[in-house]
Amino acid sequence: MNPSVAALRATFGSAIGRAMELCGDTIVYVDRAHLVDVLRWLRDTPGQAYDYLVDVTAVEYRDRERPLEVVYFLRALARVADLRVKVELDPAGELAVDSVASLWAGANWLEREVYDMFGVTFRGHPDLRRILMWETYAEGYPLRKDFPLRGRFSRAEQVRQALNANPEAHYSLEELSLADVQAELPPDMVDRLRRGERGTVPHSE
Amino acid sequence: MSTRTVTYALGTTGVAPDGTPVRVPLGAPPDAEPDLGGEHLLLNIGPQHPATHGVLRLVVELDGETVVRCIPHVGYLHSGFEKLGEYRFYNQIIPLTDRNDYLAPMSNNVGVALAVEKLMGIGITPRCTVLRVIACEMSRIISHLVWVGTTGIDLGAFTPFLWAFQQRERIYDLQEMWTGARLTTSLTRVGGLMADIPEGFTAGLREFIQTFPRTLAELDRVLTRNAIWVGRTQGVGVMTAAEATNWSLSGPMLRASGVPFDVRKDQPYLGYETYDFEVPVGEHGDVYDRYLVRLEEMHQSTRILAQALDRLPDGPINVDDPRVILPSKSRAMSDMEAMIFHFKQVMEGVTAPVGEAYLGIEGPKGELGYYFVSDGSAKPVRWRIRPPAFLNLAALPKMAEGHLLSDLIAINASVDIVMGEVDR
Repeated sequence: MNPSVAALRATFGSAIGRAMELCGDTIVYVDRAHLVDVLRWLRDTPGQAYDYLVDVTAVEYRDRERPLEVVYFLRALARVADLRVKVELDPAGELAVDSVASLWAGANWLEREVYDMFGVTFRGHPDLRRILMWETYAEGYPLRKDFPLRGRFSRAEQVRQALNANPEAHYSLEELSLADVQAELPPDMVDRLRRGERGTVPHSE
Repeated sequence: MSTRTVTYALGTTGVAPDGTPVRVPLGAPPDAEPDLGGEHLLLNIGPQHPATHGVLRLVVELDGETVVRCIPHVGYLHSGFEKLGEYRFYNQIIPLTDRNDYLAPMSNNVGVALAVEKLMGIGITPRCTVLRVIACEMSRIISHLVWVGTTGIDLGAFTPFLWAFQQRERIYDLQEMWTGARLTTSLTRVGGLMADIPEGFTAGLREFIQTFPRTLAELDRVLTRNAIWVGRTQGVGVMTAAEATNWSLSGPMLRASGVPFDVRKDQPYLGYETYDFEVPVGEHGDVYDRYLVRLEEMHQSTRILAQALDRLPDGPINVDDPRVILPSKSRAMSDMEAMIFHFKQVMEGVTAPVGEAYLGIEGPKGELGYYFVSDGSAKPVRWRIRPPAFLNLAALPKMAEGHLLSDLIAINASVDIVMGEVDR
């Protein structure tokens, strides 16, 4: 077992949940409220120095009783030590966790992908948008277990939506406002863009 | 009134009072008129644009020719591999990885097989280990060849592209000889390989190893000290070691910034610790250093290939474990027990114990990781690809903002993206 787990317990006490070793990798569960503090401590404490974020992802189990997990893969590059930190989220409650994009810039796109695929909100993320699916994608979160393999909508509905998509909505309103292009657009197009580009993503049941 | 003659040469803005030519400054000139034109321009590049190496779309805000802001849009090639994997047996996932990083399919096949074997606790045979090393290094060479060829085209050099693709074709011939496919190799199986190397393969690979360094020397001669190449790449898209670490870069991108981390050396798999090879590390973290690192990695890969061919042991390519390896057709038709194993594997699949495993290999683009979570059934609960190109691309705005638009193309090329992997 990675010695960082004992050090974490000594520092954070009850915020550290169970720990285990699977296939040679150490996994430690952390209380959601203390996640950023724990990760910052792991990154900045000499002797821990987990300065590299390998990956961020989420796992939902087929067993509906089990909570959804957000998984952080940390690595201390100089020591070549790996640690996997997990946070459990109750699917019935609010799927939200604090963002670590302020600690590792690499977390920016990784957290966007978890949001896109699982619907987990990262509080304090600088730019939490869908990344692999398009912004108006309305079928939910594809990697959730209740999401059917072929999508939530029928093929006919998917085709209908693709044909009805606003071809002018190539740019988000944010991008247009960057370059003051929006002021030059006719009002009806601005309105269509507003409806088309920034539709709210319905929450999956 | 005295007059002074100023001679202009290519790549200079003039001559300093002491007679030395003044180099064209990199990036925007510091004394440029700040309000020139006044308005920013919104420019869309892609998704159908050759310099974006696939279906990448960049929305760029320009002030004159300087990139003020760059917003990448990815996902045009999203295929839902991770979702599909949850509905498939472990061996059925391997064909999906061919389409992941399609410029180096055999390396993906090896990575996913190693991760499943780690999850199931299966060892592989010595011959299989060495053959997988050969597969990984062949993939690294063809991936870097595509990179140097297309990056050359992006920066206006057409000849290296032809040389690189000619050599790549020779590896593709070897891949076809081994697996029957040039691109969709599906080389590995859990616990082994789909096929042993055919007769003539070792001779073909040896010939490649002997003649390929000539092409590398030609590439080196035409690019490394080429004034245009150097001027377009040095000091462009710089990432310091601390920034590269913080942005989770990996592979040549990380090492060009001076971080000497290579999974093959630091967390060895497939017995890489027993091979004699060097890991090139850059100093400046710019596009030029990324080029040098990749060029040297191809040299080192040929060294590894030569050592692997020398030590290639005889013996079986598959483990002797009827749980995971299909019995031969003749045995399945004549032996009752073998037939039962055959039936169970085909109909029910190979089950993995409850648990999870992550294994990262040093892919051509960076650390290629596969993460499997199992609930004890024959299909994974979660299959995750840790995509190196995705994370390297995420740093593109950071590297490009403040540079010229033409530098954006050079920086984007230096990331070595492959959209099949970015979008998965």
